[in-house]
Amino acid sequence: MIPVKYNVRSLFVRKANTLMTVVSIAFVVLVYVGVLALGAGLRVAFTASGDSSTVIVLRDGSNSEMESYFPTETHRILASMPGVARDADGEPLVSGETMTLQILERLDGSETNAVLRGVEDGAFALRPYIQITEGRRFVPGQTEIIVGDQLEGEVGDLELGSTINLGRFTFTVVGIFDSGGSSYGSEIWGNVQEFGDSFRRQNYYSSTRLKADSPAQAETLIEEIESSQQIDVNARDEPSYFEAQSVASSGIFLMLGNLIAIMMGFGACFAAANTMYAQVAARSKEIATLRVLGFRRRTILSVFVLEAAVLGLAAGALGALLALPLNGLSAGTTNFMTFSEVRFMLRTTPDVLGAGVLVATLTAVVGGFFPALSASRAPIATLLREG
Amino acid sequence: MTVKLVEISDVTKNYRRDEFSIKVLAGVSMDVTEGEFVALMGPSGSGKSTLLNLLAGIDRPTSGQIRVAGQELGALNDSQLAGWRHRNVGFVFQFYHLIPVLTAFENLELPLTLTKLSRAQRRKKVDLALEVVGLADRKDHYPRQLSGGQEQRVAIARAIVTDPRLVLADEPTGDLDAASAQEILDLLAQLNEEFGKTIVMVTHDPRAAERAGRELHLDKGRLNSAADAA
Repeated sequence: MIPVKYNVRSLFVRKANTLMTVVSIAFVVLVYVGVLALGAGLRVAFTASGDSSTVIVLRDGSNSEMESYFPTETHRILASMPGVARDADGEPLVSGETMTLQILERLDGSETNAVLRGVEDGAFALRPYIQITEGRRFVPGQTEIIVGDQLEGEVGDLELGSTINLGRFTFTVVGIFDSGGSSYGSEIWGNVQEFGDSFRRQNYYSSTRLKADSPAQAETLIEEIESSQQIDVNARDEPSYFEAQSVASSGIFLMLGNLIAIMMGFGACFAAANTMYAQVAARSKEIATLRVLGFRRRTILSVFVLEAAVLGLAAGALGALLALPLNGLSAGTTNFMTFSEVRFMLRTTPDVLGAGVLVATLTAVVGGFFPALSASRAPIATLLREG
Repeated sequence: MTVKLVEISDVTKNYRRDEFSIKVLAGVSMDVTEGEFVALMGPSGSGKSTLLNLLAGIDRPTSGQIRVAGQELGALNDSQLAGWRHRNVGFVFQFYHLIPVLTAFENLELPLTLTKLSRAQRRKKVDLALEVVGLADRKDHYPRQLSGGQEQRVAIARAIVTDPRLVLADEPTGDLDAASAQEILDLLAQLNEEFGKTIVMVTHDPRAAERAGRELHLDKGRLNSAADAA
């Protein structure tokens, strides 16, 4: 086999041509990785908070909290079911919650659909990763709210101490909470009764969260809820609920990412083909010499395909390097299950970077294949006369 | 006992140029005995290089038969021909055709990568071949760091590193000054006399041809006369 150093050194001979191709493919990788990082970040935002021992209950037939509602009586039945974990005071670990969309104006003048989540006290015990970073929790009966870290600084009326009209009441922001990277970071939380009164939706909840002692007991609890004759709801564990939400929203990024990669990759393929055709044309005598020495056509083909792959790997590495600063950038999108805005951070995970390098390599190999094929098929005597 | 290493029987070769068919070789027959040093002479376009390419299995005749080292070349497909060439033929080009991105050592090692030899065995053979051509001290030089004569000596070392029975040289002194050309001819004569290599050399130069044991003259695709120079 012809040593790889032959390929690498040959690429260095025509540095300018090689560099231009590497840069053009690297930009494809940059865009592709960027879009995949959006998808990965969104996935984390949805799934970071999933706890297998927490059960989320919605009205039967509903896929998201936004389209779900059921009477508070149903919530009381759920809270009293055996299998629900209890806190130190013997109270069931549950939270009946409402979800309402509110259009708010951003600091830049644009509008965003923010989620107002009415919660019971149990909401914090069910989500221990929610931590107040500034101020304090709201006190029921005081028309107070707390604001997620992703919304703070986005909307002017949501700074600590400021007031905001939500429905019929005016609420005061008394705390900012760290959502642990979850999608709750884009929400405003207040007392469930107050939100109900303010929006004239008393006696109805969107969802109930129940804590079981273990994931296995959560499964049992789900079976009991689903088989109950008293209530008409569906129940599932939190990770599977978030997974469904994530697929609906991040799937769009994945599709978009692939579409952009295919379109840009098509152009980059031509750059790679151009470089490899130039390599082949400039080295017709070398190819002839290799054939005269006894190297077979398929070896010549593999030599040039390998050379294209080396080109692609270099481009992939450069593109991944260029994409690294995207990690941690803040972005926002619509949750297509609830039509609320979700703020999240881009994540250039190893998987995402690996996909970028793979796309670069494939682009270069596809672009380099036909030049390689023509190099391997040309008659030796013709190659010796050329160049 | 003399062994016929090369047997060419009534070989013709036509090329197509657009709508024209050009006859390059017209019924050439000749033999080369093992251990011979043959010079193939003739004016430009007489078909010398074409005949050499046919002997190397680089090109195929339009008609006729070529048997080299007991193998009828027409019976082999391209892939088999590549393997056969690697085992039996060493080729020296007029313009050396060393791989520019590889050192002298790496250029010589290249054909050996097709064998099952270990790295140490390959190194031994390369060192020996470089020693034969007197360039052991230039093994880490790239072709651009060598003179024309030195490049041709490396190319000759590459042609013999696999220990082929037949060495084919296409105008090996055509691109060299008189002194370097003399060195190359001395080297080819040494390979023939000391190492028993059979050599077929295409040349324009009568002085180069004089170093061969036999001269063959091609003109307009026909072998006109054969004169024993020795």
